[in-house]
Amino acid sequence: MPRSLWPWTAVLVVLAVMAAVPSLFTGIDPDAADLNAPLHPPSAEHWLGTDQNGRDLYARIVYGARPSLLIGTGAVLLALAAGVVIGVAAAQLGRVADQVLSRSLDVVLSVPGLLLVFLVVAVLGPGSGTAAVGLAVVSMPGFARVARSEVIRLRSAQYVEAAHGFGWSRAQVVARHVLPNAAGPVLALATVSLGAMIVASSSLSFVGLGPRPPTAEWGAMLSDSREFLALAWWPAVFPGVAITVAVLAVTFVGQHLNRRVEGRLS
Amino acid sequence: MAGVLKTSPAGAAAARNGRRSGRGRKTLVRLVLVRLAASAGVLWGAVTVTFVLLQVMPGSTADVLLARSAVGPEVRAAIIAEYGLDDPLPLQYLTYLGRIVRGEFGESYVLRRPVWDEIAAQLPGTLLLVATTLLATAVAAVVHGVVSANRRAWVRSLFASAESLVVALPPFWLGLLLLTVFSFTLHWFPAIGSSSPAGLVLPTAALAAGPAAVVAGVLREGLLRAMDEPFVVTARARGIGEAALRLRHVLRHALLPVTTLLGWIAGSLIGGAVIIEIVFSRQGIGRLALSAVANKDMPMVIAVVLVTAVAFVLVTIAVDILTWVIDPRTRDAGR
Repeated sequence: MPRSLWPWTAVLVVLAVMAAVPSLFTGIDPDAADLNAPLHPPSAEHWLGTDQNGRDLYARIVYGARPSLLIGTGAVLLALAAGVVIGVAAAQLGRVADQVLSRSLDVVLSVPGLLLVFLVVAVLGPGSGTAAVGLAVVSMPGFARVARSEVIRLRSAQYVEAAHGFGWSRAQVVARHVLPNAAGPVLALATVSLGAMIVASSSLSFVGLGPRPPTAEWGAMLSDSREFLALAWWPAVFPGVAITVAVLAVTFVGQHLNRRVEGRLS
Repeated sequence: MAGVLKTSPAGAAAARNGRRSGRGRKTLVRLVLVRLAASAGVLWGAVTVTFVLLQVMPGSTADVLLARSAVGPEVRAAIIAEYGLDDPLPLQYLTYLGRIVRGEFGESYVLRRPVWDEIAAQLPGTLLLVATTLLATAVAAVVHGVVSANRRAWVRSLFASAESLVVALPPFWLGLLLLTVFSFTLHWFPAIGSSSPAGLVLPTAALAAGPAAVVAGVLREGLLRAMDEPFVVTARARGIGEAALRLRHVLRHALLPVTTLLGWIAGSLIGGAVIIEIVFSRQGIGRLALSAVANKDMPMVIAVVLVTAVAFVLVTIAVDILTWVIDPRTRDAGR
């Protein structure tokens, strides 16, 4: 790993620990409202200031790491799982199945992403789980397409044909030979999508379609800050810095991993 | 991309015959027809999905359409008659399909207004924002791309880092920051809810920054690659100036992948505008869609989804046509 990536890797590790055990980073209760200290600027007592209810912004950002990062990560994992199943099915189950599945993916892709999420939320009702499912629906076609084309590419690989020649069943060949070799490009797409999904999930929370209040979530915190922009800049700045730093770390480390996978394949 | 750059005998022939040749026109008509047919199929699929959703949502379809608004029994009976909800399912589906094809999206029982009137009132605001954003994206990306296409590696990596940063910024946060600085601190632009031209500046900037950074990066790669092409040597040998070379020859060459990318961005901007409209409290499809979702106003949600899908599909076809016009090499009949 190049030296320039060390800080970003460290950021990723810190964010992961923060999401897992937030109490390691602060002793302050993120939901404790202090009505005597609304919108206090950053100070020794409140490092990043307080929000409109006098809640400590640093503590809320720390505790916000889990919901803020988990929805996007969950969405990518769901999309990955569903996309690979659909992609492999399209590639393996014959022409009719391929046509039906591929055209269905076109239908999903014909609706602008965010409005598709809105549709899912309208049907399932708002919440963290719904947000993850909605984002997964939007990004699933990409995974399905990559998985499908990889499986089709590998079908003519010599070792796959050889495995068929040994009398292996189709399922065995897919599980033992095709999937492990198709994993690289699919995982590459997953790392690329993760940053975008984190931004998208914070956007959903921002418009009130994410976790329910008073859950500390970075997008929702920015939404709260809107009404007090003329009075206080800090609630509108720090949660956004957290999102941006998280996305940058995921993007840079992901790009590096992709290059390594590509290097190994070529 | 490989398909785009592939030169085939048919493409080469079309290129030789020039843009106005009979053969070229025929291919364009064919392209448009094929794309329209495919899009019609896709949109039919989207309509079908919304029909299925209405069926599987908990509660009777009439209740779902009503979004639990308090209405008299006669309105309820009118809905059942209008949508044919007492008919067998296949017939209901045909009724639904027929209504959508005729553009009858029904009434929002939450807003007590025909859905289409509400969308028609809100759509121009959104389209205006998308248009200004697209223009700003193209201009900013070309300027930035041309300036940053420098042969020194450290200059390029500096610009690339700046682009990564801008792409990582959530657009809605950028909007908040712009509001804080330029509206609340400097008072240069109206704060929120403004429909004046000045009120369009900050939302456009917030929405265009990310796409512009992406496009600039792609454009720079294309420019640097095009600078190595033989035609550059030829043009230089003819004694052309550096600026003219870049603007007249290299830029045109590098613009093709950018056109495709801009088309894709135009489609995704329809979704992005939704969030930005909410940040800036602008009138538009975004706020309409959000309140419809919050109220579970299904006729409105479905109409917004389908209308934006149509816009999205039309943009994609327009981009295909544009690509065909710009680059003769893509006029490969087999593609």
